[in-house]
Amino acid sequence: MPFKEIHHTADWSIRVWAEDLPTLFSEAALGLLAISGIVLSETPHIRREIEIHSPDPESLLVAFLSELIYCAEQENVAFGKITIELNGDHLIAKLAGAPIQKINKYIKAVTYHNLKIIESMSGFKTEIVFDV
Amino acid sequence: MKVTEIKQINDYEWEIPKSYRGDMRVPVRIFATRELIFQILDDKSLEQAVNAATLPGLVGEVVVMPDIHQGYGFPIGGVAATEFPNGVISPGAIGYDINCGVRLLASQVEYDSVREDMETLATLLNRYCPSGVGSRGVVRVGLPELDRILREGAGWALKNGFASENDLARTEEQGCIEGANPAKVSERAKQRGKEQIGSLGAGNHFIEVDRVEQVFDTRAASIMGLQQGCLAVQIHCGSRGLGHQICTDYVQEFQAAVKRYEIELPDRELVCAPMDSPEGQAYLGAMKAAANFAFANRQLLAFSARRAFEDAFAGKGKGWDLVQVYDIAHNMGKIEMHMLHGKPVKVCVHRKGATRAFGPGSQELPTEYRQIGQPVLVPGSMGTASYVLTGTEESMSRSWGSCCHGAGRLMSRHQAKHEIRGDQLRRELEGLGIKVRAGSLPGLAEESPKAYKNVDDVVRTVTSAGIARKVARLVPVAVIKG
Repeated sequence: MPFKEIHHTADWSIRVWAEDLPTLFSEAALGLLAISGIVLSETPHIRREIEIHSPDPESLLVAFLSELIYCAEQENVAFGKITIELNGDHLIAKLAGAPIQKINKYIKAVTYHNLKIIESMSGFKTEIVFDV
Repeated sequence: MKVTEIKQINDYEWEIPKSYRGDMRVPVRIFATRELIFQILDDKSLEQAVNAATLPGLVGEVVVMPDIHQGYGFPIGGVAATEFPNGVISPGAIGYDINCGVRLLASQVEYDSVREDMETLATLLNRYCPSGVGSRGVVRVGLPELDRILREGAGWALKNGFASENDLARTEEQGCIEGANPAKVSERAKQRGKEQIGSLGAGNHFIEVDRVEQVFDTRAASIMGLQQGCLAVQIHCGSRGLGHQICTDYVQEFQAAVKRYEIELPDRELVCAPMDSPEGQAYLGAMKAAANFAFANRQLLAFSARRAFEDAFAGKGKGWDLVQVYDIAHNMGKIEMHMLHGKPVKVCVHRKGATRAFGPGSQELPTEYRQIGQPVLVPGSMGTASYVLTGTEESMSRSWGSCCHGAGRLMSRHQAKHEIRGDQLRRELEGLGIKVRAGSLPGLAEESPKAYKNVDDVVRTVTSAGIARKVARLVPVAVIKG
């Protein structure tokens, strides 16, 4: 698993690993999908492109995941296939998904709490706390 | 952090001195028994309180309540006051669910006389009060109407027949905070809010029917309308997606503000801006709008609860009207006057998972409560007792007019989900005579009483410390959860 749930008293937290930064973003999005317990409808297929500017990788990650939370709550849509292009402070996410058939947990927000994207010899990792 | 690094003041108070870490601007005062302090040290909540003590413009002490637990940025159960207008306001120190709070309604229906009707009442409450993931509200409003709600709060509900004058009189700030600015609320937040006004949502939010099990202060209980053996209703929810989006927007925007104002913080979730800055003013306007939305939201849910009581009990006797006891916020930033070292100071009190608890004589309270102090509503964990307390002179002088807000989590949701089965918990609660309506069994398991501290210990701490007085103990007979 490229992500796992970790202990947090009141909210939900996941640790995410990836070999490169764009994959870290897509794995974080899939982690969010998993902890929400989202099941997608088989059809109709929905494709979308999201473009975000933000000054650093952590704020790009928060802004990107916040977009996904908004899509799930407001439009009842989620995405299981995610391709990320990152260029400095600019992110383009190409998303493929469908309407949500079932959701177990409503995530209120993505927080910045102790959020750091760490690069090592093995790649990138981060821990994200979600308010629930 | 180790217990040896915390100074014990007396049996119910502890202090983390300013010398604990170089960047602390004020000490941290903890209300806890020795047993609770060891539970508190099991997570990172006190490190978060120390981080909170670094906010610019803080005065006095950061205060933490015995129900404190780890949150994000600022601990849940924390109170911090910053000097107005030069100190900062921090959206993360108020939380995503702006004006999450509790409303208590009292009836004169004796539980023993309606035991057989409780199943019906639970079903009606569940039907009339939309709850659960993605729930939509009891009314549909367009954007112009939503702006009116954001400006007027519970006053909007009064104009539209969903409230009484008495409801508003017995609501913190009369259900409307002056200075709300809908123009500072994003379109995205409004889109989320307009669909959800009048809904409970999910998570730890609930509607609970209680029996008043014990009255400790007959005079105060009588003034509030609480009668031993009779039914009461608690409504716990907040500003739904509108508040979450406002906090998300401003925490993101303030990432740049802290650089502009050269504010250094140990955690990016604590980002803040001076209250008198354009950024601070914008957030204050938006936060007040979210607070008004939440007051209107709980008012609509109270309207729906009254409808359920009418359908269940009308024609079967008297006393089924639900009379408002009080409505309080426990996630909010409030501009208030307090005394510090014998002098009056105007401050912004950040309360995150802490309840305002003004003492007797406070002019902000309705006339009848000026004699006894403000009702403080402390819901316990699901299936356990809740308390009605009052604020005291001591809460005004020692805790920024604040008190605890609940039992406080002990076990992570992740752990609860793996250790507790929702269906088994539901059977246990039903075995105790509690009717349960839950949108999600895993969600029910996360809110198991085993995941929380003992509310009796929490309340014993605040009352022994003198920052609250006990009025009544309530026990649940029906729970509606999203």
